[in-house]
This record gives sequence, C-alpha cells and structure tokens, in this order.
Amino acid sequence: MIETKDVYFTYPNGVEALKGVSLLINDGEFVAIMGQNGAGKTTLVKHFNGLLKPTKGEVLVDSINTRETSVAKLARNVGFVFQNPDHQLFCESVEEEIAFGLRNFGFEESLIKKRVDWALNLLDLTKYRQTSPFLLSGGERKRVALASVLAWDPKTVVLDEPTIGQDHRQKEKLRQFIVQLNTQGKTVVVVTHDVEFVAESNPRVVLMSEGKIVADGLAEKILTDEALLTKASIVPPQISQIFLQLSDLGFPANIIDVYQARDVLLKRLEARRK
Amino acid sequence: MPIIETKDLTYTYQGATKPSIREVSIKIEKGEFVILTGPSGCGKTTLCRCFNGLIPHFYTGTLNGTINVANLDVTKHQIHELARHVGFVFQNPENQLFALSVEKDVAFALENLGTPRAEMQERIEWALKAVGAYELRERAPHELSGGQQQRVAIASVLAMQPNVMILDEPTSFLDPLTAKKIFEVIAELNEQLGITVILVEHRLDLTAQYADHVIIMDEGKVVLDGNPRDIFNSEEARLIGVGIPKATRLFQILKEDGINIKSVPISSAEAAKALRRILKHD
Ligand SMILES: Nc1ncnc2c1ncn2[C@@H]1O[C@H](COP(=O)(O)OP(=O)(O)OP(=O)(O)O)[C@@H](O)[C@H]1O
Ligand SMILES: Nc1ncnc2c1ncn2[C@@H]1O[C@H](COP(=O)(O)OP(=O)(O)OP(=O)(O)O)[C@@H](O)[C@H]1O
Ligand SMILES: [Mg+2]
Ligand SMILES: [Mg+2]
Repeated sequence: MIETKDVYFTYPNGVEALKGVSLLINDGEFVAIMGQNGAGKTTLVKHFNGLLKPTKGEVLVDSINTRETSVAKLARNVGFVFQNPDHQLFCESVEEEIAFGLRNFGFEESLIKKRVDWALNLLDLTKYRQTSPFLLSGGERKRVALASVLAWDPKTVVLDEPTIGQDHRQKEKLRQFIVQLNTQGKTVVVVTHDVEFVAESNPRVVLMSEGKIVADGLAEKILTDEALLTKASIVPPQISQIFLQLSDLGFPANIIDVYQARDVLLKRLEARRK
Repeated sequence: MPIIETKDLTYTYQGATKPSIREVSIKIEKGEFVILTGPSGCGKTTLCRCFNGLIPHFYTGTLNGTINVANLDVTKHQIHELARHVGFVFQNPENQLFALSVEKDVAFALENLGTPRAEMQERIEWALKAVGAYELRERAPHELSGGQQQRVAIASVLAMQPNVMILDEPTSFLDPLTAKKIFEVIAELNEQLGITVILVEHRLDLTAQYADHVIIMDEGKVVLDGNPRDIFNSEEARLIGVGIPKATRLFQILKEDGINIKSVPISSAEAAKALRRILKHD
C-alpha cells in the first residue's frame, strides 16, 4: 500500500513541483498517472520508493514512513523503472544489468540465472545477452531497464513511461504482462502519455496538473471527459474522438477501444435493419 | 531531383556482427512529410543518422552504397556542413541539451549558422512559444521534466528552419495535447516553407493524417514504401506489427463483419464521416 498525505515538494532551484498531493494506492491496484509535461508525475512517483522525500507532508509505503527507511530497503518491494533508461543502465552487458539487482538482493546464483533468462525472454532481449546496453536502440534500452526491475519480482512496480520507444507489438506484450502481474495481485503504477495504451487496459486513472491531482477515476470515464482532458493536456483516444464527433447519434459516451466500438456499431446497424 | 536519395545503403556498426541497415534504396522528394516506422530495433535511427552525417563521420563502421542529401554526398561532407541543411531531434532529448539555459540551447545552433542577432531573438522566441516552453527560457535544461526537455530539443530545430527536419520519436516524452500542437506547427512549416519532414514514430494516431509518404522497415530493410492509405491498410503492415491508426483498424474490423466503408479512414474525422454515412443509409 502506498499513501501520500498532503505532499509538497520543492526542488533546490525553487520549483514547487508538488502542491499538496494526497493519494492512496491499495495493494493489487492498477493505476495510470497522466497529465501534462511538468505536472509533477515523475516527481510524485519518485516518492514511492524514497528516491525523493517530501518537503512537507508524508509518504507511507506499507505503513512505513519513507523518511524513516532507505531506498535500498524500499527497492526490494517497490521496483522503479526510470522515464529515461540512461539514468538506470550502467553495466557492461545486458545480462549483467539484469543480474545486478538480483545479486544485490542476495538471490542464489542458480535462481539469478533463471530469473535473468526469464526476463530476457519476456522482453525479447535474449539475442542481446552479451551486448552493451549502450549499443542498443532506444526502445531496446528501455526494455533492458524494464527487464532489470521485473526480474526481481517486486510486490509493487512503478513504471515511468514504460511504452517509450516500443512498437505496437512490444507494447501489447508489455500491456498483457502488466495486466497479468496485476491479476496475480501485484500493485502496478504506470506514468504514461500513451492514451491508447491506457484505453486498452481501463485502469484507474489519476490526472495531474500543476503539482496537484485534478481527477481520479476509471479510464473509460476520465478519458471520455473532454473538458477534464483538455485541462490535463490530453487528447482523447482516437476511438473516443470518433464517437465524440457522432455524439448527436446517441451513442454511449464511454467508448474508448476498437472492439467496444465494433460492438456498439454492429448493434446499432442490426437494430436499424429490423 | 530528390532531396534525399540512398542507393543500396548498407551499414554495420563498429564491432557489430551484422548490418543494422541493409540495401536501403529510397527517394524522398523536397517538401514531403514522411513517416518512417517499423519494429523497435529495425534500423530507423540508424538510417536517420546517415541523413545528417553522424554515420559515417561520428559512428565509424562499414558503409556501402550511396547517400545524397540536398545535393551533397554525405560521405564527403562533414557533419557541420550537413547541419546547414538537416536538423535532427534526437530520440533521447537529454543527449541534445548541454547549455546552461534553455534559451542558450536554442541559440546555439543559430549562432553556428551565423544568423543575425535581431533575427535570432525573433526566431528563438517564436520557437519556444511554438512548443510551449517560453516560460522555461531561463531554466537549466537538466532541471526540466522529460517532456519539457523534449520541447526544448524540438524548439532548437524549429528555430533553425532547416531544409530537412528529422524527428526521431518526438512524441514519446510529450503530453498528447502538446504533441498535437507541435505537429500542427511542423505541418505548417512543411506546407508553407516546403520544409521536408522525416518523422520516426510508433504512435500513428496523432500523425498519420499529415503524412504523404510512409516508409516501413523491418530487420534493417525497407519493406513498404509509398502512399499512407495503402500502406496502413495493408496486411503486411499489420503483420510486421505496425501500430496503424485506430480509425483504420476499426474500418478493417468492421470489414470482417461485412460492413464496407469505401475509402480507408486514417483520422478520427474521416472515420466519423464515413460512419455517419453508413448509419444514415442503412
Ligand atoms: N551504436 C551502436 N553500435 C552497435 N549496434 C547498434 C548501435 N546502435 C544501434 N545498434 C543496433 O542496430 C540495430 C538498429 O538500431 P536502431 O537504433 O537503428 O533501431 P530503431 O529502429 O531506431 O529502434 P527503436 O525503435 O527501438 O529506437 C539494433 O539491433 C541495435 O541494437
Ligand atoms: N531535477 C530537477 N530540478 C529542478 N526542477 C525540476 C527537476 N526535475 C523536474 N523539475 C521541475 O519540476 C516540475 C515537475 O517535473 P516532473 O519531472 O515531475 O514532471 P512530469 O509530470 O513527470 O513531466 P513529463 O511528462 O514531462 O515527464 C517541472 O516544472 C520541472 O521543470
Ligand atoms: Mg516525467
Ligand atoms: Mg530509434
């Protein structure tokens, strides 16, 4: 469980990035944090594993105040993938990179090997096992960053822009994996600008704007509220845009996914025929 | 005469065991808006590095075939010469920003091009406003959020107004509304000044409508090259795993159910119009 209580955060240069954020994320939830550039999303999630400590207010992770513990202790339970993979990668090979966290947390060598193989396979990186992460493409580097955290199977995963650089297929694979993690009871927090990715999973959406939370609810509700989205600098998913343009024809307002769209359209055409 | 032309271009990075791009032969005409897409690792960034001379001048390795950009043989002209014609927004904005302030970062390229002072000020202001980063002009680039950095990186290329503008996944860090606005500006530059745009992108919902030429790569090769509507609607594009616009996808799914929409929609407006028609007629 992650709880922030009226959290304020000011960077050393004087920028006040969080202005009173109170949020409760229960075990087993799937939450997408969205909102405009500079809204404070990254700053907020860096509080979830103690990378940043609030200037005012407090953050509790499993009832422990992050001020009273260390990032090293929190990391075992809260895995964090950085927005920019280059902030995270430093080993000489992809394999070493993925094994690093596992070694750190004292996994047995035989288990390390298994987990590394599993993570390489999950993120389609097996052929790059021996390659330096710095010689990979942008999307590949992001997948190494994801693999190196998912490998140690933390109870909560916090992924800052997990779909950056991913093609459609990788993204769909990742999305299915995240959904699967969540059904196994893990807590998943993603920060993302990718409305299509969110539309396909329908998680709880927390919208941020200028250091504050401005909305909190199910994706199909938030992503179809045009006024709210504009405030948070988000464009509705393309399917929802189509139905917003057909709103005079009496379609339900919460259609965000292609298959949902097909179903309502077929039903409508069927009814007309009768 | 195309503004960019490659013939049988094959490139292998130093120390790599196989080429990252193979036998790429493409032509890009002046003033085109090109979308370059394909699976992660297929060679998009590598190909773009050939357009501004990073390959072969910065990345050594083995290059075969020819590359011509703005009438220059890229292998024979240095990066700074090519920079007069080609602006490049890197996939990772952080790798592009190094000055002490946002304003200085945008000014840097213009200074190098020898732009007169007064014009420089004007262009910087315009570019920073176009990307919504004018209020950030005195901030240090490394103290910005990911998306704010991306905005600044884009502004510095916009300010240059080069003949060819390459944007390598520019939307990945941008919030969608800002991405939409920035594309409107880029489309305008493309229309009005005839600037050639090469956009590398996985997410096509926002950008497909602007393209007049689509190139799809897979495993280092160009596999589809042509008209956006035909390519997005092709079976091959879907099989390669290209994230075709949802409007196009919806049309394909409806077709499987026997509902035929004549023209292929690639934007929400086109899809809404087509749906309205069949809903009325039925
Ligand atoms: N500096 C480098 N040295 C060696 N190999 C490299 C280097 N940069 C990229 N590669 C390899 O070349 C291939 C193409 O990479 P490139 O960066 O062009 O892909 P991309 O299509 O841009 O992918 P993405 O969508 O993930 O950014 C990949 O297999 C990658 O691992
Ligand atoms: N290291 C830093 N030093 C000073 N200010 C910072 C730093 N990092 C971010 N900021 C500022 O704090 C605010 C919040 O930034 P944050 O990175 O949390 O935004 P974000 O919502 O993640 O944005 P994006 O979508 O662009 O990633 C912004 O105004 C930003 O300029
Ligand atoms: Mg961020
Ligand atoms: Mg790339």
